[in-house]
Amino acid sequence: MPSDPPSALSAGTTAAGPDPLEARHVLEFPGGYTRSTGPVIGRFLTELRDRRIVGVRTAGARVLVPPLEYDPDTGEAVTGEYVEVGPAGTVQAWAWVRAPRAGHPLDRPFAWATIRLDGADTSLVHAVDAGAAKAMRPGLRVRPRWRERPSGNITDIECFVPEVTMINAPVRAEYRVRPGAALTRFFTKIKDGVILGGRCATCDQVYVPYRTSCPSCGVLIQEEREVADTGTVTTFAINNLPDPRAPEVPFVSAYIMLDGADIPMIALVGGVPAHEVRQGMRVRAVWVPPEERTMSMANIRWFAPTGEPDVDLSAGVPGGGV
Amino acid sequence: MGERCAVIGVGQTRYTTKRTDVSMAGLVREAALRALDDAGLTFADIDAVVVGKAPDMFEGVMMPEAYLADALGAAGKPMTRVHTAGSVGGSTALVGASLIQGGVHDRVLVVAFEKQSESNATWALSTHLPFGASLVVGAGGYFAPHIREYMRRSGAPDHIGALVAVKDRRNALKNPYAHLRIPGIDRAMVESTPMLWEPIRYLETCPSSDGACAIVLASEKAVTGTPAWIHGAAMRSEPLTRAGRETVSPQAGKDCAADVYRQAGVTDPRRDIDVAEVYVPFSWYEPMWLENLGFAPENEGWKLTEAGCTALDGDIPWNPSGGVLSSNPIGASGLIRFAEAALQVRGMAGEHQVEGAATALGHAYGGGAQFFAMWIVSNRKP
Ligand SMILES: [Zn+2]
Repeated sequence: MPSDPPSALSAGTTAAGPDPLEARHVLEFPGGYTRSTGPVIGRFLTELRDRRIVGVRTAGARVLVPPLEYDPDTGEAVTGEYVEVGPAGTVQAWAWVRAPRAGHPLDRPFAWATIRLDGADTSLVHAVDAGAAKAMRPGLRVRPRWRERPSGNITDIECFVPEVTMINAPVRAEYRVRPGAALTRFFTKIKDGVILGGRCATCDQVYVPYRTSCPSCGVLIQEEREVADTGTVTTFAINNLPDPRAPEVPFVSAYIMLDGADIPMIALVGGVPAHEVRQGMRVRAVWVPPEERTMSMANIRWFAPTGEPDVDLSAGVPGGGV
Repeated sequence: MGERCAVIGVGQTRYTTKRTDVSMAGLVREAALRALDDAGLTFADIDAVVVGKAPDMFEGVMMPEAYLADALGAAGKPMTRVHTAGSVGGSTALVGASLIQGGVHDRVLVVAFEKQSESNATWALSTHLPFGASLVVGAGGYFAPHIREYMRRSGAPDHIGALVAVKDRRNALKNPYAHLRIPGIDRAMVESTPMLWEPIRYLETCPSSDGACAIVLASEKAVTGTPAWIHGAAMRSEPLTRAGRETVSPQAGKDCAADVYRQAGVTDPRRDIDVAEVYVPFSWYEPMWLENLGFAPENEGWKLTEAGCTALDGDIPWNPSGGVLSSNPIGASGLIRFAEAALQVRGMAGEHQVEGAATALGHAYGGGAQFFAMWIVSNRKP
């Protein structure tokens, strides 16, 4: 494995500081020492250069990876049988390197791990590029990432990387949405500060927002009916989960039966602490100033209490449902 | 109702937060193979496959019927996808049953699943179409006001929801497939958790689960093993917005129950049904559905809960499996109710078996409490 650079081999040989009695002294054989590999290690490194990993079989039929020339259990020479292993393997144990040093195989945090390659009876030590320590665990399946130009060295394997277990599948559906004739009519009136409903002539129910078909009767709604911007809170939720459409948490989303309507609309209640909102509370729309109004429900900031006495709901909620 | 139909196999995966070890195909196959194994059959014995899952935005799979055909051995066979929001698991079982009751097929494999960990259901439920005025945040944000209205009308004490949360989670400890396992859970623990969508507390909500459930349905002549006979099957739906709509106890739920009871000859559900697996994703829906399903008079469902009638040792156990409150792979949650009902009458529910259960109700609801699916199964042939 790569070791620390010579300059860091021992204390006292670091770069010269201001102390005049401290000097830099480097011992590095020019060009590096040579090593005759012998047949066993040579075969291993030759196979690595071809992007294969082999182990060697011992007389006791164990497969040593990386290969050794002599069986550590018996002291006998290993057999001449080479067995291709991996390339995938399983992490046995690991240590996280938070701050890699200059001589480390990776320039970002990584793990040193003992890896049992598939088909091997021993583990080899190598780096695992796992991204984050929490991705490491015993049993993690990994595969080698090969250097672009292998040369016959253990560093031909740049590092190991976890197997692919998850991908991202971006899905995006984009629409151009238009509100349709009925809602356009509704928003036109909202811009004028008026809440428009529609009355079904068959069932005599007033729907808000204005719509052109009755969901109960299935008939055309032909009569526009302006409803009040005051109403009664029939029921509500106090939301403690933040939402971009509400100013802060907790916020109250309420069903408000507007005076003159037969179906409640859902709106924010404001101007009152959340826990003081009550079923039956009378509220009025708080409009943004006329010059800020657009063709949208944003014209109503929220509904605020009117101060009128609560409506008694025990005789039934206005309009029947909630 | 046509031809007789029975559940002859049930398969479930262990419900959990994340099943990162399998693909969606691997997940559904696990449940399917277990159901086939329970029935002593293989894919070769199946005539048609029906699959259900939650809305497409939930995990971004648009055509599960195409994607999952191989995993479910459906190549060359009819394969149908069912889509009714949260009630889909129940509706999927009913569509499968109808293929047998209608005499079209003899053996149908029904599978439903959800891998919630691949996305975020609250995001999927809160996408907010332009020009709308919705302020609803997730399912809890939608259902909280209706729970509040139930509490007002019925005068139920505040702690009833916590009782359900405790009861179902204690049942879950007896179900090896259940997701949430909270040994020692009690009312104080539930009441110490924060309000998410008041009046709904954290421990009064269902979890997000990965999981799949499968059942094998057979015609009378194709029955193998231990059958759970279908005595009634019904679906109903209603529009989300309608003036005067009763959202606490929806008419569609009442109509669906009346239909399934009529088919099964049930006149008093509390007396005639031995055990019920009912879709209760928020604790307060137990008392609300007790009334909607006719187990208790209006505004009195909570009294059954409070008296322990719905506990495993009560006179009408509800959700002995731990229910949706303990395991919630949304697309599968309805089918799990139907499958657990079948397991009970087959006497195969293990540690959460209700002694001597002969007749069981499976129930699912979805959308804004606007889709309902129910069946009644029994160990007796209809
Ligand atoms: Zn009408």
